[in-house]
Amino acid sequence: MMPDTSSLSVSFDEVGMVFPDGTQALRDVSFSVGSDEFVSVVGPSGCGKSTLLNIASGLLKPTSGSVDISDTSLGYIFQDPTLLPWRTVLRNIELLCELHQIPKAARRERALAAIDLVGLTGFEKHFPKTLSGGMKMRTSLARTLTLYPQVFLFDEPFGSLDEITREKLNDETQLLFQKEGFSGLFITHSIPEAVFLSTKVYVMSDRPGTIIAEFDIPFDYPRLPRQRFEPSFAKICGDVSNALRGTRHG
Amino acid sequence: MVKDGSQANGKESINSLNTKRGIRRLWSILSNTFPPLIFGSLILGGWYGVSYGILDEKRRFLLEPPHRVLTNGFLEWSGRDGMAEMLQSLWSSTKVAGIGLSFAILIGFLLAVLMSQAAVFEKALFPYLVTLQAIPILAVVPLIMFWWGSGQTSRVVVCILISLFPIIVNTLFGLQSAEKDMHALFTLHNASRLTRLRKLMVPAALPAIFAGLRISAGLSVIGAIVGDFFFGKGEVGLGQLIKRFSSELQGEKLLAAVILSSALGVAVFLLFTWIQNRAISKWSDRAGLIS
Repeated sequence: MMPDTSSLSVSFDEVGMVFPDGTQALRDVSFSVGSDEFVSVVGPSGCGKSTLLNIASGLLKPTSGSVDISDTSLGYIFQDPTLLPWRTVLRNIELLCELHQIPKAARRERALAAIDLVGLTGFEKHFPKTLSGGMKMRTSLARTLTLYPQVFLFDEPFGSLDEITREKLNDETQLLFQKEGFSGLFITHSIPEAVFLSTKVYVMSDRPGTIIAEFDIPFDYPRLPRQRFEPSFAKICGDVSNALRGTRHG
Repeated sequence: MVKDGSQANGKESINSLNTKRGIRRLWSILSNTFPPLIFGSLILGGWYGVSYGILDEKRRFLLEPPHRVLTNGFLEWSGRDGMAEMLQSLWSSTKVAGIGLSFAILIGFLLAVLMSQAAVFEKALFPYLVTLQAIPILAVVPLIMFWWGSGQTSRVVVCILISLFPIIVNTLFGLQSAEKDMHALFTLHNASRLTRLRKLMVPAALPAIFAGLRISAGLSVIGAIVGDFFFGKGEVGLGQLIKRFSSELQGEKLLAAVILSSALGVAVFLLFTWIQNRAISKWSDRAGLIS
């Protein structure tokens, strides 16, 4: 079956999810990510944001509604870097190509290119236990980049990093988005991160999660670090924050 | 002048730094070797105390003093019950332990992989493994004798029975230790069952596998000697020697044989620790002698 080559990469159509234990995680979630869009979803913790990605990637089947994903080349960045501790940085980055049976020479070439792209040159032979949190995440990003995914799913990847590393990786992620031309679906609970990275930000309600607000982010790419201190940036962050505050009980 | 002076000072401070470092290193060596040495001397002292202070000459065979164990136990080389014969039986027991441990590793690994692949196997097998583990080896000795006689095979069987359980349990635990997200990653990229086992589960299990191996290696030596103690046909191992020395009241020889047995256990443990450190210390936090 030929994928639909129109401008939509991922679309959720009235997706609902009730877990076997009766927890309703999602209710009537409808939104889509265009092929040149970077969409962030922010919401209170436990609102089902990660469930959304699990459904998008096919790891979970929704109990109602449907998800269309236009391309099979899907990149998934987990909350943890999920590196294999017994493999060096280079061999970790080659893993996905190995799983897809890409010949050795080609996967080495792709891995080295990805290492260059995320700035890990010189660390090829290091084992994960010797890397900082930020470098582990870069390795994880590079590993996903080797498959040239059309759609990138991010599950709060920078949540456990310190503020400085996080901003640095935000800067680089949006540069990658501009350079590599994938579409992104980014889950986070940091409002500035969502606004800085995205073309569009959706706000999700408390459980059962559903979309309650939508913001277009008008800034051009590449976005410079100082963007974060512009009044227009602060204004949007404030609006998103207000929408998010409306979601909390009490 | 001033410059020269400062250089001299610099050299001096480097020298004093080196001296300090040397002292610290010496101290760390001493603080590691002194406590066991002192404790060891206390044991030797107590040993002499019992041999000469408590036991009179007629009963001294119950605990011969250390130097007699050395001269009569270890340094008498040839003849019946000499060190040459003891070393030969040490080798015989080492072979039994090696063969038994190899079988235990093979059987244990296969069973653990099987159980890791489907919960139904784990549920079916586990209660019986626990039961097997709980049977005192003495209770099955007669059965083993019925089925396999009292030769080398029976000794190996005892060895396997004793050393199997830790390998299975640790390997299984290790195979199940890969994180959920790692499995999700392999699922997302359509990894086959075999690929998942080879590239994710088995490497993730290595630290636990080695932990099990080190326990089982020690147990296999115990198994070999216990087996040898009961099954006397064929080659004479340390178990047979211990039995003979005790019935002949040869205290020094008996103690020498006991020390040899425990040395074999320690050697096997150290061997597997060494292999473990070579294999996984580069990437795992688990390394060193104890962990």
